[in-house]
Amino acid sequence: MREREHTSKHYELQLRELKDKLLLMSHQAELMISDSIRSLVERRPSLAEEVIRHDDEIDKLELAIDNLCYEVLALEQPVARDLRFIATALKIVKDIERIGDIAVNIAERAQELIQEPELKRLVDLPIMGDAAQKILKESLDAFVNSDADLAEKVISNDNIVDDLYEQIFRELLTYMLEDPRSISRAIKLIFIAKHLERVGDHSANIAEMVIFLVRGQDIRHGTRLDRGR
Amino acid sequence: MPDTVKINVSHANFFYGSNQALYDVSMKLRPRFVTALIGPSGCGKSTFLRSLNRMNDLIPGARLEGKVEMDGEDIYAPQMDVIHLRRRIGMIFQRSNPFPMSIYDNVAYGIRINGLAKRRVQIDEIVEKSLTASALWEEVKDRLHRSAMSLSGGQQQRLCIARALAIEPEVLLMDEPASALDPISTAKIEELIYNLKQDYTIIVVTHNMQQAARISDETGFFLTGRLVEFSETKRLFTAPEKRETEDYITGRFG
Repeated sequence: MREREHTSKHYELQLRELKDKLLLMSHQAELMISDSIRSLVERRPSLAEEVIRHDDEIDKLELAIDNLCYEVLALEQPVARDLRFIATALKIVKDIERIGDIAVNIAERAQELIQEPELKRLVDLPIMGDAAQKILKESLDAFVNSDADLAEKVISNDNIVDDLYEQIFRELLTYMLEDPRSISRAIKLIFIAKHLERVGDHSANIAEMVIFLVRGQDIRHGTRLDRGR
Repeated sequence: MPDTVKINVSHANFFYGSNQALYDVSMKLRPRFVTALIGPSGCGKSTFLRSLNRMNDLIPGARLEGKVEMDGEDIYAPQMDVIHLRRRIGMIFQRSNPFPMSIYDNVAYGIRINGLAKRRVQIDEIVEKSLTASALWEEVKDRLHRSAMSLSGGQQQRLCIARALAIEPEVLLMDEPASALDPISTAKIEELIYNLKQDYTIIVVTHNMQQAARISDETGFFLTGRLVEFSETKRLFTAPEKRETEDYITGRFG
């Protein structure tokens, strides 16, 4: 269902600019996550370096998006779906920015790991990287297309990433128990897995906000908190 | 939220001659609530408002089908005393319309013609009480016998509210009460409406959606004579149910 345009062209353009900036920012975050994992798997320090450099752009976009949101709030007093869109933008921009930071953290661990001999051939970590990227991409697609059904799928798929983290953690634990010299590298790999698990969490947050955006329902924290309307 | 209903409108159809202005409107207006009616020009919100105290009776050919009850009593019943009804349901208009007399006499007018009080001290007391309730007392207490026309637009509107309050109505109908006022006077009227709802049931027609959002507990959205959506104001302005409401309040017209 295509949305009708605002009678005020200026307002329409402002909202469109906001959406475009969010798309650009999320696209970069996605790319940074995939590059950070590739830099580790393919042992390419230059790629890790590139990820770290990209973070500035994400941060700049975060500031620009925040400013644009405040402008629209102050000047247009948005209501209903427009209000939910601004609220969603203000929240997910933080999630996307954190995903950028996570990519930087992964890239930094990758840079350190590349300088040491490989602990083992990485099998599960790239799988986990793919899974995290997939749900990140889906959460952002859900946002772009206002697709609440896809957002629901993202939320229920978050446990796939959680399970992979458990599995990787246990496997690396056995390496550390067998050979204490592996501890430093294994811990770094565990960190990376933990980072990817956080990407899943942020994606689920984004998906929750998409459901709020589309349906006007706040589903955060499940039914655990009994909220009045 | 109380379940009681002050005014119950059921299946109201309204006609100006052969022109139908309202289509099957049903609405339960709650006591001591501010209810805002919004919608584009010609949507029927003012017609609806005016049907609540039978102001439309004055228009030739105007006719209402359906039922309007206040406290369970049919206000269109043949035995209904319309003058008495309008005493119980006061009205405030867009353009303040003080009588060309003193501030004091404006407020005392209704008391005198309705015979609500005879003795000067009693009238004095009601005048002060009404002006205090309309947040005007402090500004006019030293010049009560000056002409009402010497007041500013915002003060005149609060005087009209005091005049309406003086005869102790139960319901206040307001048709764009602040649209001709500057932001400061508007803020005062809005604050006043907010405070008055402790004692009165208030129904406000407004083109200013932010105003509806600020002052009302419930909001009804009218479009082409139909009540499209009627719900809690904070719900309606954050997550309306209907596409038409969404488009209107977010400024997607046409």
